[in-house]
This record gives sequence, C-alpha cells and structure tokens, in this order.
Amino acid sequence: MTTTDPQNPHPSPSGTRADLRPEHIRDAVIRLAGNSQDGIQSAGAMLARLAGRSSQDVMTYMTIPSTISGGASIFQVRVGSGDVLSPGDAADFLVAFYQHSYEDNIGFLREGGVLLYDSDNVQPDTEDKRFVHVGIPITGLTVEALGGTAKDKGKNIFVLGLLAKIFDFDVEKLKRLLNEKFGGKDESVLSTALMAFQAGYAYPVSNVLSTRYKFEPSEDTGGRAQVTMDGNQAIAYGLIAAGVRYGAAYPITPWTTVMEILRAELPKYGGLFVQCEDEIGAVSMALGFSYSGNLAITGSSGPGISLKTEAIGWATMAEMPLIIVNVQRGGPSTGLPTNVEQSDLNQAIFGGHGDSPRVVLAPSNVEDCFYIAIEAARIARNYSTPVFILSDASLATRIQAFDEPDLANLVVEFRPNLTPREPGFQPYPLESLTQHAPPGTRMLGGIYPTVTGLEHDEMGHPTGNPRLHTAMTAKRRKKLQKLASEIPTPEVFGDEEGEALIVGWGSTYGPIHEAVKTARAAGESLSSLHLRHLNPLPNGLEKIFARFRRIIVVEMNDQGLYGYGQLATILRARYCDPKISSLNKTNGLTFRVKEILEGVLK
Amino acid sequence: MSTLTASPIPEKLTKKDLTADHPTWCPGCGDFAVLASFYKMLERRQLPHENIVTLAGIGCSSRFPYFVNTHGGHFIHGRAVPLASGVSLARPDLHVFLFGGDGDAFSIGGNHLEHGARKNINLTYVIMDNSVYGLTKKQTSPTSPVGFKSKTDPNGAVDQPVNPMKKLITAGATFVARSHATQVNHMIAMMERALDHPGFSVVEILSECVEFFPGAFDPGNPRKGGEFRQIEEKKRDGTPEDELRHDTTDELAAYKLASETSPGYFGVFYESDRPTKNALEDRWIRAVQAKTGQSTALDLLQKTFDRMK
Repeated sequence: MTTTDPQNPHPSPSGTRADLRPEHIRDAVIRLAGNSQDGIQSAGAMLARLAGRSSQDVMTYMTIPSTISGGASIFQVRVGSGDVLSPGDAADFLVAFYQHSYEDNIGFLREGGVLLYDSDNVQPDTEDKRFVHVGIPITGLTVEALGGTAKDKGKNIFVLGLLAKIFDFDVEKLKRLLNEKFGGKDESVLSTALMAFQAGYAYPVSNVLSTRYKFEPSEDTGGRAQVTMDGNQAIAYGLIAAGVRYGAAYPITPWTTVMEILRAELPKYGGLFVQCEDEIGAVSMALGFSYSGNLAITGSSGPGISLKTEAIGWATMAEMPLIIVNVQRGGPSTGLPTNVEQSDLNQAIFGGHGDSPRVVLAPSNVEDCFYIAIEAARIARNYSTPVFILSDASLATRIQAFDEPDLANLVVEFRPNLTPREPGFQPYPLESLTQHAPPGTRMLGGIYPTVTGLEHDEMGHPTGNPRLHTAMTAKRRKKLQKLASEIPTPEVFGDEEGEALIVGWGSTYGPIHEAVKTARAAGESLSSLHLRHLNPLPNGLEKIFARFRRIIVVEMNDQGLYGYGQLATILRARYCDPKISSLNKTNGLTFRVKEILEGVLK
Repeated sequence: MSTLTASPIPEKLTKKDLTADHPTWCPGCGDFAVLASFYKMLERRQLPHENIVTLAGIGCSSRFPYFVNTHGGHFIHGRAVPLASGVSLARPDLHVFLFGGDGDAFSIGGNHLEHGARKNINLTYVIMDNSVYGLTKKQTSPTSPVGFKSKTDPNGAVDQPVNPMKKLITAGATFVARSHATQVNHMIAMMERALDHPGFSVVEILSECVEFFPGAFDPGNPRKGGEFRQIEEKKRDGTPEDELRHDTTDELAAYKLASETSPGYFGVFYESDRPTKNALEDRWIRAVQAKTGQSTALDLLQKTFDRMK
C-alpha cells in the first residue's frame, strides 16, 4: 500500500472520530483466497467494478482450477489512484477462507500486510509478527445472518461488506452493483445477498483492526467516463463495434465467454453466432459466413486452434477474410487449461502446411482487446485475409477500467457488397488486392467466380502452372508486406537510447511498463518497446534496436532448443542482431515486476 | 439476417450460361450424368443466376463447382457441410447446392453430416457415391462392400459399410432420397424435390467409377441386367393398394426400406417438415429485435457500455 506523504495529509472527512480517521492510500493489492465455488470471483469482480465506477484505476488477476467444482482459487484486485499496470507482486491484504488458502498465499503477503482470515476454518501462525492478524468467524457469522438453509453460501458477500467497511468504499454504489448482479433473479437471492453484505458491513471490525483506509480521489481522467470489463468482453464488444455480425465456435476454456457473449448479443444486431459440433465445423461455418460477404469470427484456445489449422490455410489460399481469436493457455496438448502462456505465437504465424502468410495481432491489455478487435476487422476486410488475435488466459479474466471508447466514431455498420461487377472481374488479380464478389452479386460479363483452396489462376480455376504458383505465392506474401508499410512503428517507452531495451508483446505490457518505471526511478537505463503487430512486424524496428546495447525479449514461453523464446527467435531471424536475448517464463503465471527487473538488470 | 432482393434477370438461363470448365472426370464416369441433370434442373427452374451457389469439399465429384458457371467454392476435405451452412444461415436469398462423394460425406465429414442434418440447415446436398476412393486411385471407401479388393484392402474390405439412407434418417435429415446416375429423369426429379424442400435435403446418387470400381451399381441398372426398383409413394387415394405404398413421413418405414441393400430402392425414403435452423434462428433474431425496437448498432452498444460504467 502506498500511503500519502505524511507532511501533506489530505483533510480528513468531517465528523469522523479521530481514532477512526482513515489512512489515505493510493494503491492497494487485495487478494481473496478460497475455493472455486465460494464466489470469490464475483466478489472480487464487484470490487473491481466499484473501483472503475469511482474513477480509480483497477486491475484484477485470478486463477481458477480446471476442476468442475472445488479446488483452490484466488482473485486479486489491485486498486490505485494512478496508473495500475500490473496486478501487483505482493498483497497488502490477504483474505483467507481456508487453512490451505492461508498456507498457499501467506508468502504473497507483504511484510506489514493484513491477514484477514476466517477463524472458523483457519489457524494461522499468530507468532509470525511480520503480519497483522485479523481473525473473524466469517462462516459462522454468514450462516447466522442468513439462517441455516443458506449454509455458508454468501461468505463472499459478507467479506465484501467487511472490505467495504475497512476501505471506506461507497456503500450505495456497492449496493447498486449487488442489485445489478442479483436483481434479475428470484427476489430472495437479492435480499439474501444484501443481508450478507449488511452483516459484513456492520461487523465491528475496528475491535480487531485499528486502521481504516481510504483511497485518494483519482486524478482527473479528462471527463471521459470509465468502463469496467474483462478482456474477453472487450474483444467481443470490439468485434461488434467493428460490424462483425456472424461467427461460429466450440466451447473451450478460457475462450468460451467470448462466444457466450456473441451468441447472446449478435441477434440484437441482426447477426448470428452458432455453436458448432466441433472446432473444424466452427471454422468452416465461419468461412461460409465470410464467403457470403459477412466477415466472420471464430475463436478458441490452443487445442481448438490446432484443429482449425487446415481451414485457416484454406482462408489464406482462397484469400477469405476471417478473424481467429486465440485466448492462449498453457500447452502443448490439453496442457494447463486455466493458466497463462504465450506459447502459440509460432502456431499463429506459421501453423499449417505450405507457405501460408496471415496477420497476427496481440492486445496489450483489456482496453487494447477492444481496439485490436476493430483493427483486426479492418485489416481482414481491406486485405481479404485471415487475421489472428492472440489474447491469453490472463487477459481473458482480467478486469480493468478504461476510458469509455468514443463509440460514435468507432461503430461501423457493414453490409455485403452485392453491387454488380463489371465484365472482366477477377477474384484473384495478380496486380491488385483480392476483393471477392460474394454470392448474390450479378456478374455482368456472365462469368461467375470460384473461391478455392487449390492453386489457381486469376479467375479461381485450378492450375499447376509453375509460373502461376510462384506468382500467386508472391501475391499472398506481398499483401502482408504492403500492410507492414501501413503499420506505425511503435514508440519506445523510456529513453530513446541507452543500455537495455525490453521487447514485449501481449499481456505482459503492464508488468513490463511497471518494471521500466521502477528501474528508471532507481536511476537505471531501461526502456521498453511493445509489439501489437507480430506478423507482419512493423517497419523500422532495426533503427530502434541500434540505439540500445542490449535487447531483451520478455515472453511467457520456453527458451527453446537454442536459448530463445518464440518472438526472440523471429526477431533474431529477421534482424540478424546478436544483441537480442530472451527472458522466458513457463510456470503458468503472469510475470511479476520483480522477476522482470531481476532478469533484465544484470 | 440480411434480406436482399434479387435483381431481375433479363434472359433465360440456359445450359450454355451454366457451363464452365470441361469436366476433368474420366470418360464414362457417372458424374457426367449428374452434372447434366443439374444443368437440366436449373434450366427448368430458372433461378436467378447470381443466387445459385455451388459448393464442394474434396474428391473426384467435388470438382463439380469448377464445371458449373455459378458463384462457387471448392473447400477442404469433409468440411463442406458447415461451410455451406454458414452461407445458408447468413443469406436466405441464396440457393445453396453442395456436391461431394462418399468419402467427404460418410468418412472424413461424417460428423458434419450428422450435425448439418440435426440442425436442419436449409440446403441441398447431392452425394455422388461410387463406393471407392477414385481421386487417390482405388482405396476402400466407407461405402465399399465387404470383400471389395482395393489398394488398402488387398485381401478384400472387412469393415461393414455405411448405409447412407439409415445414417441420414437417424441423423435427422428432413429430405432423404436415392437415385442412380444412369437414370437422368429420376435424378432431375429428385434434385428438384430436394430444392423445393425447406431444410437439409440430401440426394444420394450411385455414380459408377468406371476406372476403379466398374460395374458396382449394375444390379440397379436395367441396361446391365439389373433392376431399378422405385419407391412407390402413398397417393392417399383411399385405395387398398395405397396401403402397401410407402409413407415418406414414416421414419420407421423409411428405415426398414433402407435395410434392403444392393441394389435397394430408389426414390424418396423420408421427408419431414421439421422447422429449419434458418427459420428458428431468424424467429429468435426477430423476437430480440422486436424488443430493442429500431435501435442502431451504436445505440445498442452504447447502452451496453453504459451498464459497464
């Protein structure tokens, strides 16, 4: 927790007793540790949404076991009055529901941090004077408040009430959130939730914890309201904003919530999302939608993307626009279904047989999930190409608040272009970009086009002509080279030149930036460059690399047989620059700021 | 879903307009007759040229789209049903025709066939069954009879073949018919009824591979001494002989009829007026949109974002 400068305390709220005067803080990491069925995710998510509504910056982090019910689970909320870039290396506040929650997570609590534990289930080592121990019989009090039938369901909301008291959260806003969350259901559900909340809020916590906290008001965000959502939501709504109206998929963790949202939302926009019999059926149906003139989306996680690979190759060959979302998890095979990894980069860029160029983009944070979905749709349409969006498990469930997008300037409506085509129309012109004539388009020359996965001539008819295969292979490559020239060179964060440059991609954006900030504050020369476009790469990176003595590529995948991670290998092949080295991590968890600093500042 | 009006076509659509590349099939292949029947059926029906879509997977018969001058697509092996389903669901203005062989339909694409049928997607699927893999030069197919000697079964096939009619009926296809490539008028009639059927309509056509399985379907060809046994459908005229005729809406009767193997019966085995996925999804979309009124995409998305503030 960062407290304010004691020399310049903020005025305390009027009318509060001196002993209850809250300590002003700018940043706090609260970790809730329990089991997956305890609803700690929903309690944590509500805290995050409350912070977002209070114009605080917020980021969450969670792990859920891949078991159906039960198993240890954590949800971590970091709330700050300034930029929150990572979910935090250490917790200021640990809520432990069970003995195992305590034992597994106490090492994550910073010295001086507060352990709030359910004294009905947890026996902490109270001799350990590094922490402030606060025992509350959470289970018993919840059962007491709700009556016997509810058992201990509602512990999460009880804790929410406790935290609201301790952190002086806006109770009215929280109650409104509870109303939104439970209001649609049976009336008794809402009243039970409110009872549990009241019980937690009314608990005389000051008897066991002498300090109360209050977040400083956030700096002015420039008048734009904040929206709070997770990465999968941001992708889904980004696609909707981009005018994508059709899609098909098959459920798989952690991709599934994207398809759940699109299935429910697209009909409102006159579109349709179909759950298919399998991954191959899904990508094929999505290609059918795209062929019909409606750019479509399919998505999955590792195993499902592997299954879609052949059809994605068809999209490259037939030059069919398609958006493929891969919410990456640990691999290979079934791997780590609920953990994070960035090990599908090679698959996205190179997966499949033949020379099969496709576009690969990776969002940096939750906000970027929204904007990158819009960019993916634009590229897919303009270049008539498959486009990958490489998100990951940490972005999928991370809840962040960000400035509300300017929807009026972003939302596009899209209709298939069925204007009759002039005689001489070619689906695969060698000298220009393919723009298909969807079925339903009259061909005024009387010749109708064929889209195909066989090598073909400019009319789409199959050919094994050696000259044409060379020319068509080049056509499919050149359009990505053209795209590269339109991508802006990314900006360096930190000094434009110096000792070391971190290169990152995807969800590591936050911890890398925090690492750079921390190092620079300590007088180190450290900068970073974050890539959103991975295939093609933006032009001009070599000029940036030339200004640093060391380039360290930080990514959550293995160092490979030759000592370099997946992006590092590509950058070394592309720039032949021996300065490029790798910092890798494969434990299924996100990078801590400390790990990056230790890894790059040698 | 998009509702698009077809522009009027000035001239009559003729076989000449519909002809594209010369077929690459071997001389004598049964597929030539299927193609000729398809042209004939289209000439008869005079659908707007631009609204006809011809799609296929991989195999000899799946070369079909190159030989038909309509909007067309040649997809990957076995996955043409979901591709065609996407086209059908997004574009109610189009007539989606899908062509393929027994490998595409009953082997690599078997699961997609099941689910396309179950979902009752509105399209017409013509399966040209030659009971052999021809493009790869004589391997066993899912409909090859037990004992069939191929390069992958030199001692004769041992696996029980798929019964296409039974598979389609149990999967939930709502129009299931069978024809023979030597019977042009019958093929045209079956394709035409399939086109008129709203839903997943399938016509299996026995189409001889003269190169790798010659004579496979002679038992159904009167010119080769066989018998073309047509299904007599109920006329519902109250006569005693009508009692013996086949009720195409009777699933069990259809299944029983399908138990007659080589050469079996030809005609319509089964039809059902179960609603299509196209209609059911469209009904849902309309209901949802009726609730939201005439909201623009911007209004709808803005409302969603307001709830996330």
